[in-house]
Amino acid sequence: MSQGSMAQTAPSSVAVNYNMDVVRWGALATVFWGVIGFLVGDVLAWQLAFPALNFDIEYLNFGRLRPLHTSAVIFAFGGNALLATSFYVVQRTCRASLYGGKALPAFVFWGYQLFIVMAAIGYVTGVTQGREYAEPEWFVDLWLTIVWVCYLAVFVGTLLKRREPHIYVANWFYLAFIVTIAMLHLGNNLAIPVSLFGTKSYSMFSGVQDALTQWWYGHNAVGFFLTAGFLGMMYYFIPKRAERPVYSYRLSIIHFWALIFLYIWAGPHHLHYTALPDWAQTLGMTFSIMLWMPSWGGMINGLMTLSGAWDKLRTDPVLRFMVAAVGFYGMSTFEGPVMSIKAVNGLSHYTDWTIGHVHSGALGWVAFVSFGAIYHLIPVLWNRERLYSMRLVSHHFWLGTIGIVLYITSMWVSGIMQGLMWRAYDELGFLQYSFIETVEAMHPYYIIRATGGLLFLLGSFLMVWNVYKTIRGDLRNEAPIGTPATVAAE
Amino acid sequence: MPTNVEKDQVSGRETTGHEWDGIKELNTPLPSWWVYVFWVTIIWSVGYWVVYPSWPTATDYLKGTFGTTNRTQLHETMANVAAERAPYMERLAALDVSEVVNDPELLNFSMAGGKAIFADNCAPCHGTGGAGNPGFPSLQDDAWLWGGSLDAINETLHVGIRWDANEDTRLNDMPAFGRDGLLEREDISDVVQFVMGYSNRATDGDAAQRGAIVFEENCAACHGDNGKGIQELGAPNLTDAIWLYGGDQATLTDTVTNSRRGVMPAWGDRLDEETIKMLTVYVHSLGGGQ
Ligand code: HEC
Ligand code: HEC
Repeated sequence: MSQGSMAQTAPSSVAVNYNMDVVRWGALATVFWGVIGFLVGDVLAWQLAFPALNFDIEYLNFGRLRPLHTSAVIFAFGGNALLATSFYVVQRTCRASLYGGKALPAFVFWGYQLFIVMAAIGYVTGVTQGREYAEPEWFVDLWLTIVWVCYLAVFVGTLLKRREPHIYVANWFYLAFIVTIAMLHLGNNLAIPVSLFGTKSYSMFSGVQDALTQWWYGHNAVGFFLTAGFLGMMYYFIPKRAERPVYSYRLSIIHFWALIFLYIWAGPHHLHYTALPDWAQTLGMTFSIMLWMPSWGGMINGLMTLSGAWDKLRTDPVLRFMVAAVGFYGMSTFEGPVMSIKAVNGLSHYTDWTIGHVHSGALGWVAFVSFGAIYHLIPVLWNRERLYSMRLVSHHFWLGTIGIVLYITSMWVSGIMQGLMWRAYDELGFLQYSFIETVEAMHPYYIIRATGGLLFLLGSFLMVWNVYKTIRGDLRNEAPIGTPATVAAE
Repeated sequence: MPTNVEKDQVSGRETTGHEWDGIKELNTPLPSWWVYVFWVTIIWSVGYWVVYPSWPTATDYLKGTFGTTNRTQLHETMANVAAERAPYMERLAALDVSEVVNDPELLNFSMAGGKAIFADNCAPCHGTGGAGNPGFPSLQDDAWLWGGSLDAINETLHVGIRWDANEDTRLNDMPAFGRDGLLEREDISDVVQFVMGYSNRATDGDAAQRGAIVFEENCAACHGDNGKGIQELGAPNLTDAIWLYGGDQATLTDTVTNSRRGVMPAWGDRLDEETIKMLTVYVHSLGGGQ
C-alpha cells in the first residue's frame, strides 16, 4: 500500500473522518520535548563529570535538573509519542474516529502538556514529592488524574465504536498501559496535602511500605509505560513499515497476558538487601526471572515479522530504527532479569550499571522505536509524498546508535568497577577503597558517557530539521539509499 | 468482517483471517524453545520459593528450607570478619597506644585499619590522606593545634574540639575582637600587620609596630609572647607559614574580627576504643607525629 494515501482512505468501503489534529500535535510535541529532555540529560552527564557546570545556580543544580530530565524524556517525550501513536493506531485499526469529538481528545492533549509544564516548573523551583518518577506534587497529580481518565475514555470509547470485529493487538497493549498507569499513579501518589493552598504534601505510607509502594510504581512505570505502551507502537509500525504480517498471533496473546500478569510483581527487586521482608525480595526476584520469556515474546514477534523483508533494512532507515529498537529491547529485557538476581544485584545495585541498563532501554528501545514511528507518521499526517531526506534519517540512526553504544559500554565498565571497588577488601579485611576514590575512578567514563549523549542529542537535531522540512513540503534532492526501485515505493 | 484465511507466500503459514489497516497476523505456533525456557524459569522460581523465604501466609511467611535471610547472611559475614580480626582486636584492647606502635604486627594492622577508617570518616573534612582543607588542619605536618604526641592525638579524637555534646571536649574560644567590639578597626588592622610581620610580610611598618602592643595585650595570652602558639590552649603558631584559615591580610582581618571556632566531632561517642587507637596510630604516622 502506498503510504501517502493512508491518512485519507480506509482500506474498506466506509470512509471514516479520522481525527488527525491531535495526532499531528502529539507528533510535534514528541519531537519538541524529546530534544529538551535529551539536552537536559546531556547537561547532567557533563555535570557529573565536571560538577562546576552547575555554575552554583540553584535552578541548575543536579538534584533539580535530574527529575526534569527523567520526566521530560519519559512523560513528555515518551508520553506524547504514546499519546500520538495510540490515537493514530486506535483510529486506523478500529476504522473509527476518536471518541469524544474534537474537544475531548484536544483536552487530553493540552491537559497533558499543562501537566508537563506544571511538573517542570515545580522541579526547578524545588517543589517535589521526592518520589522517583512521581515527583510532581499533589495538585499536579490531581490534574493528571483528570486528564488520564479522559484519555482512557477517548481510547475505550474509540474501541467500542470500532468497525472491526476484533481488537488489534497493538490496542491491547495501549489499553494495558493506560489502565495500569492510572492504577499506579493513584496508588503511589496517595498523599495528604499540608494545606489547601500550599504545594507540600506527605505520603500516606511510611518506612518500608512507602519504599515498596514507590518501587511497585517505579518498576511498573517501566513495565507499562515504557514497555507495554511502546510494544503497542511496535505492533503497529513494524508490520506496517515492513509490509509483512505479524509473525505469530498466538505468541502475541500469550506474551501479552504473561507480561501483564508477571510485571506487576517485579518491583521489589529494586529493594534487595534492604529492610524489605525477605519473602517480598524473593517474589520480586523470581517474578523478574519469569518475566524474561514474556518480554522476549515481543522481541520475537517484532523481529520475525521481518522474515521475508529483511532486505528492506538496507534501504529503509526508518525501519532500521524500529528493528534496532527491538534489538535493544531484547537486550535490556535480558539484562533486567539478570540484574534482579540477588547475587548480581549485590554488585550492580546503586552503581552506574543500573543507569546504563535504563538507558539501553530508554535510548535504544523507547527513543528508537518512537523515532521510527515519528519518521513514518510525519509524511502521512501532513500528506507528503515522502520524508524530506532519508539520508538524514540514516545519519540520525548512526549518530544515535554510536551514542548509545558509548553510553552503555562506559556505564557497564564504570558500574562494575564501582561495585567491585566498593566491596574490595585488603588482606587484613579492611575496605580497600574509600568512596571518593571510586568517584575519581569513574571520571573518564563519565566523559565517555556524556560524549555518547552528545551524539544522541546531535542526532535528534537532524530529526528536527528533517521533520521541519518535510512538513514544509520540501524534498531533498539526494541519491536514494539502495536500489532506486525499492525507494520509489516509499 | 469475513474471515479470509490466506497462505503467506514467504513463510508458508496461514493467516488468522483478520486484517486491520492492512496488517494481518500469521497463525504461527509458539516457538518451542520459547515455551521450554519459559517453563524452566517457572520451575526454577518454584524451587527457589521452596528453599528461600517466599509466599506470605495469613500470619507469617514461608521460611524456606535453607533458613537464610538477609539478616542471617549479614550476621554471618560480620561474624566472620570479627573472628578474623579478633586476635588483633584483643591485643589492641589490652595495650596502650605507645605499646601498639612498638609491636610490628599490630602497627601494620592499625595502619591498614586506620587508613580505611580515616578515608570513610575523616577525609571529607581533612582531605584524602589528611592533606587538609581550608579550616580543616592538615594532619601531615608537625604544626599541631592541640599536640602531636600519641596521647594528645588520642585525646583529641576521643573528646573532639568545641564539640558541645562531649563535656570533656577541647575548648578554647578566640574572641571575635571586631564583632564583639573588643578592638577598634584600626587596632585590628595594626595587629594584622604585626602578625604578618612574623613572616616578614608586613606592608606598613608603623602599623606593625603599633600592632605589637595590641598583640601583647590581647593575643599573647593564648598565642604566646612570641606568637608561637600554646598547644594546651589549641592556639596556633602564627609565625610559621602554615595557616589553618589563611595568612593574607583579608583573611587575617576576618579571623580576628569574627573568630573561627572550628569544630571537630568527638569520635569517642561513635567509634570503639580499638578503632580510635588504630586511627591515632595512623594519624601519628602521617608525617608530623611527636
Ligand atoms: C566535621 C569535620 C571534621 C571531621 C569529620 C574530622 N575532623 Fe578532625 N578536625 C576538624 C577541625 C575543624 C579541626 C580543627 C579544630 C580547631 O580549630 O582546633 C580538627 C582537628 C583535628 C585534629 C587535631 C589537629 C591538631 O593540630 O591538633 C586531629 C588529630 C583530627 N582532627 C583528627 C581527625 C580524625 C582522625 C578524624 C576522623 C575520625 C577527624 N579528625 C574527623 C574537623 C573534622
Ligand atoms: C582565648 C584565646 C585566644 C586569643 C585571646 C586569641 N586567639 Fe587567635 N586563636 C585562638 C584559637 C584557639 C585559634 C584556633 C582557630 C579556631 O578558632 O578554630 C586561633 C586562631 C587564630 C588565627 C588563625 C590562624 C590560622 O592558621 O589561620 C589567627 C590569625 C589568630 N588566632 C590571631 C589572633 C590575634 C591577632 C589575636 C589577638 C587580637 C588572637 N588571635 C587572640 C585562640 C585565641
